Amino acid sequence: MKNLIDVKEISFSYKKNENVFEDISFNIKEGEILCILGPNGTGKTSLIKCLNGLNDLSKGEILLNGKNIKSLSYSKISKIIGYIPQGHTPTFPFTALEVVLMGRSPYINLTDSPSEKDLKIASDALKTLGIYNLKDKNYTTLSGGERQLVFLSRIIAQETKILLLDEPTSHLDFGNQIKILEIIEKLAKSGLSIIMSSHFPDHAFLSSTKVAIMQNKSFIDYGSPYDVITEKNLKKAYNINVKLLELEDNRKICIPQKQII
Amino acid sequence: MKNKDIYNIPILIFLPIILFFVSFLLGRYPISPVEVIMTILSPIFPELAISPTVTSIVFDIRLPRIIAAMVIGASLSIAGAAFQGIFKNPLVSPDLLGVSNGAGFGASIAILASFSNIIIQILAFIFGIISVFTTYSISKSYKGGGILVLVLSGVAISAFFYALISGAKFIADPYDKLPQITYWLMGSLSSVTLDKLIMILIPIAIGLIILLSLRWRLNIIAMGDEEAQSLGVNPEKFRLLIIIASTLVTSAAVSISGIINWIGLVVPHIARILVGPDNKILIPASLSLGASFLLLIDNISRTIISIEIPLGILTAIIGVPIFLYLLRKGYSQWS
Repeated sequence: MKNLIDVKEISFSYKKNENVFEDISFNIKEGEILCILGPNGTGKTSLIKCLNGLNDLSKGEILLNGKNIKSLSYSKISKIIGYIPQGHTPTFPFTALEVVLMGRSPYINLTDSPSEKDLKIASDALKTLGIYNLKDKNYTTLSGGERQLVFLSRIIAQETKILLLDEPTSHLDFGNQIKILEIIEKLAKSGLSIIMSSHFPDHAFLSSTKVAIMQNKSFIDYGSPYDVITEKNLKKAYNINVKLLELEDNRKICIPQKQII
Repeated sequence: MKNKDIYNIPILIFLPIILFFVSFLLGRYPISPVEVIMTILSPIFPELAISPTVTSIVFDIRLPRIIAAMVIGASLSIAGAAFQGIFKNPLVSPDLLGVSNGAGFGASIAILASFSNIIIQILAFIFGIISVFTTYSISKSYKGGGILVLVLSGVAISAFFYALISGAKFIADPYDKLPQITYWLMGSLSSVTLDKLIMILIPIAIGLIILLSLRWRLNIIAMGDEEAQSLGVNPEKFRLLIIIASTLVTSAAVSISGIINWIGLVVPHIARILVGPDNKILIPASLSLGASFLLLIDNISRTIISIEIPLGILTAIIGVPIFLYLLRKGYSQWS
């Protein structure tokens, strides 16, 4: 199968000669979910922003559908890749439906407003995630879980092939985390490719087809969750001892060990 | 927009129309509603004309002034709503980047040099644009300077032109020029003529067409630059376009009226309460409310006492309490 995203030895730096990360390579095919793990401040968000064209690379290249991302306009990129940032500071109390309609922006001419067709796509996106009843609520007053569902609806309405999710489960309660992961898995089954960052190795076992562990400016390991999430790698990444347990259905879970102080 | 807000749409359509007709009745020379309607129709049906005096008052005095008030009120309000969107801040007014003080300085030097009214207007317009251009260029000269740098440059340039205005006032003849400058800075429509009005209509029309046609995209930029970019909007370019359009409109409006504060800040808020924050509806709503609000203020200004009260005084006296009330009411919504 063809690669949707081909990342070739990319480096990125905010300041000259001080790379945030170096020589990272990976690729994503249709329906794959890549989970990027790694400690705080290791550059996961910077990497995700590079994949979206928000950050400019200092070295290497990213191919989207075989085309260099540098040669694509924001508008073209936004028809291929959707993005949900980690934090969002709301300013105006738009309704949930108005927020989801914004996902149609790449398909609407500069001087136009959403059409009836766009309205239908946005409404359907809300229905897909079962939150059509929230459509007239201000998204600012929704709970963290509901708001994340609204953003996921927006990215569905955006009709892209790839979703970039920067810590989609952060700030969510235990139940909502799993709910969001299940939605992500469902979206992948429907043919979308997903790249997300996470702080929970367990989440990678739950939903991902590929995992990368990012530490000290690069991927220390990259492959299938069962090959990559090992006690040794987790120790290397987070500098704590972790025990991996296997459950009956072959699923693995990570148990952090108490550190001797 | 929520369903309940739909009931507010008729208010927004009829309020400016009713105020438009009522405003012809107000003034030193009493004209009855029937006379107003007959006079307005008289260009088409000449037999309806009442008298040359009434025709002259309606068409040469009241009509330009009413239209000016509506156009300027609408312009400042739309520019305010657009700025609040692109700066992601509901507390921003259209003179954020220095347009008012720039225009004030242009007017001041024209008054000092004893130029004609038309030249005062042209210099005010040009300096309004120069000050925003300076603000924008300075902010771009800082690498990676975002919105904050732009806003701070605006504050600096605004202060700089304010100092120049003070300098102009300091050297102005206290019996002749100084009152004229002061009066200009407080805002008034008393010297509006048809010629002056026609001059500002072109830049205002261009600006308003741009703002009205881009209005839905303002929602997206209000979500933040990164999200806007991931939704296919180039935030830098889009913001520049909105700044250019808003500056054209504000500078032209201020050039004829003098400085009128508060409208661009307060009206978009009232509009937001009536129709919600979606700019697709908010921008036309701001147009309607802004036109009505300034027309109302101007009517008060020219009728309440025997001399005209400067608009800047009235918009603040009426606008500040409204603003404080809204702040109290809407605070929970914004945070």
